[in-house]
Amino acid sequence: MTDLLITNARIIDPEGDIIRPGALLVRNGVIAEIFDTPTPEVSRDLLPDHLRRDANNRFVAPGIVDIGVKVCEPGERHKESFGSAGIAAAAGGVTTIVTRPDTLPAIDTPEVLEFIRRRANEAAPVKVLPMAALTKGREGREMTEIGFLMDAGAVAFTDCDHVVADTRVLSRAMTYARSLGALVISHPQDPGLSRGGAVTSGKFATLRGLPGVTAMAERMGLDRDIALVEMTGVRYHADQITTSRALPALERAKANGFDVTAGTSMHHLTLNELDVSDYRTFFKVKPPLRAEEDRQAIIEAVRSGLIDVICSMHTPQDEESKRLPYEEAASGAVGLETLMPVMLRLYHSGDLTLPGLFRAMSLNPSRRLGLDTGRIAKGAPADLVLFDADKPMILDRFKLNSKSKNTPFDGARLQGRVLETFVDGLSVYRSQ
Amino acid sequence: MRFDQRHLLGIEPLRPDEITALLDLSDKYVTLNRARDKRSTTLSGLTQINMFFENSTRTQASFELAGKRMGADVMNMSMQASSIKKGETLIDTAMTLNAMHPDLLVVRHPHSGAVDLLAQKVNCAVINAGDGRHEHPTQALLDALTIRRAKGRLHRLSIAICGDIAHSRVARSNIMLLGKMENRIRLVGPATLMPAGIRDLGCEVYEDMNEGLQDVDVVMMLRLQKERMDGGFIPSEREYYHRYGLDAEKLARAKPDAIVMHPGPMNRGVEIDGTLADDINRSVIQEQVEMGVAVRMAVMDLLARNLRARPKEVLV
Repeated sequence: MTDLLITNARIIDPEGDIIRPGALLVRNGVIAEIFDTPTPEVSRDLLPDHLRRDANNRFVAPGIVDIGVKVCEPGERHKESFGSAGIAAAAGGVTTIVTRPDTLPAIDTPEVLEFIRRRANEAAPVKVLPMAALTKGREGREMTEIGFLMDAGAVAFTDCDHVVADTRVLSRAMTYARSLGALVISHPQDPGLSRGGAVTSGKFATLRGLPGVTAMAERMGLDRDIALVEMTGVRYHADQITTSRALPALERAKANGFDVTAGTSMHHLTLNELDVSDYRTFFKVKPPLRAEEDRQAIIEAVRSGLIDVICSMHTPQDEESKRLPYEEAASGAVGLETLMPVMLRLYHSGDLTLPGLFRAMSLNPSRRLGLDTGRIAKGAPADLVLFDADKPMILDRFKLNSKSKNTPFDGARLQGRVLETFVDGLSVYRSQ
Repeated sequence: MRFDQRHLLGIEPLRPDEITALLDLSDKYVTLNRARDKRSTTLSGLTQINMFFENSTRTQASFELAGKRMGADVMNMSMQASSIKKGETLIDTAMTLNAMHPDLLVVRHPHSGAVDLLAQKVNCAVINAGDGRHEHPTQALLDALTIRRAKGRLHRLSIAICGDIAHSRVARSNIMLLGKMENRIRLVGPATLMPAGIRDLGCEVYEDMNEGLQDVDVVMMLRLQKERMDGGFIPSEREYYHRYGLDAEKLARAKPDAIVMHPGPMNRGVEIDGTLADDINRSVIQEQVEMGVAVRMAVMDLLARNLRARPKEVLV
């Protein structure tokens, strides 16, 4: 049974940029009816009690589509499996995870990709869509079998944080991808300038004696990528834009009509370089946290729509790889479960509206991947999250469902809690 | 006089009055060190472990001598040769040592922040003997003591720090300390060896050495850190010496009574002219070494007092 009635809800519609009170009826996994009345009459014969939810005037939004989640299968299942990532996603209101290919080995053949899809469907309660590597072994030398990988279900192609340094290789891969209509996702960084960098260069890096990478490295990476997009006409998405310097380049590319979109991470929207403080390695992410002016500029870019997508950049790391001197410690933070409450900080601070937030977390990523989700409309899949935007909590990292607990938000005061998550109308998580 | 620190991880957390307290006590240890009988019992019964994850001769010797003169049981561990090579993590090494109940742990490590990390995991007092490019607090303190004794004061001086600022923990600790004591700090060096955002720390930056040394009271040279360079910061050592090496001609720009300092070990003919380094009228490089022992004695003395004042923690 995938029928469901949610009454007394405040429905967040990112397409219409509006919140409207009403009710939702789901039939066969899709949204069948959207009511303007909070408690519409639906006969008990058609819909028994256990399929009814009274939202009590809380919010219902389209489920989050998180592009760039690392599930450590194959290779490092002790850090995260499809089971644990799926449960974490459901608990965080994420209904579709789009996985990264930077596993061990990299996901670069249709065989590995098929294995991933099979494992994911068995183990995860949410939808899992895999991305594949753009070059074999993410080594930047030869392109992968983009056609076969698309047939096997790859939704996008990326070498993740391995920047394809050889522009000839990248231009060929992009040209080939364009001919198949594939989406290429890139990590805009100049590989020479960013080599060895652990923090953003500047006063803080100097004070702490840590090797810095200039913010200019991101702009140079983006400039180069956009030139190649102009040359090849490929569909292009920048995984994370985190500095104000890169924004004019992005704006120009969009104004010129290139098929370019960009994302940013929850960390770069809510934290800055000073949070690293006394070498706190849980705040080491890639690219490194930026200056406060950059953070402000990125928020503004999300608000204006220049940056399309907010993602969690979920990157599980075990304690051993984090309990090291800062330079040696691994990068990345888990985020599936904290994405929504952390991003609600920007709603509570008045920086973003709820429809604006879900446009960047649900609607835009869904559209970019050509999915039908991420919206509240008749006939759309009933991937929904029911949440309380105000409920306060203090985050305890050991209560996270991920196998790895490396979040920079341990002990943070957050507001917002997922009450229930639905995938195709089916409840996959319900808070106690 | 108050000194409220549990560890000495850097100059950054120290208050100016704590720095003064340390220097005042160091002066007393200078006197003791010059006496025939140099022994004291200040640290008797305490165990001091020197853990050096990076090569060091002078700093390690200085700490060892300081501990022994004060009656501590001193143990040296050269960590490059030991368990690190067997894959043990820094924290495991720290926990292992902690179980042996040391009271003072002197640590040098090639990574910035490593000593902070270690200090979080042990019960004893930790002294940073240099971590990566971050801080080297006892060096800055011994430099300050040398300056104070030569110039009669440690404020309102014009001090030029010259050379490889970017890779130097000595420079960072000195910028902190001399800034807290209200001096005018000039940084002189090629733009490639000048870290980003350094002007925000209240320093004046000069790329021309002759301009930078104009009328300064103190010329502090830094060693060119060849081992910390990951390629191509300067075109050649001879060009560097020509533009940034300290010789009599460049020093003539400074005040006539300006002193010349160097944390050692020196690269003669790279950053400093050999004759100048040996000129007893200008160079205080030997005094710096002498002050080093006294400052380290003072640091361990004050930390040991705080250690004894604290209730003994039970190992978990």
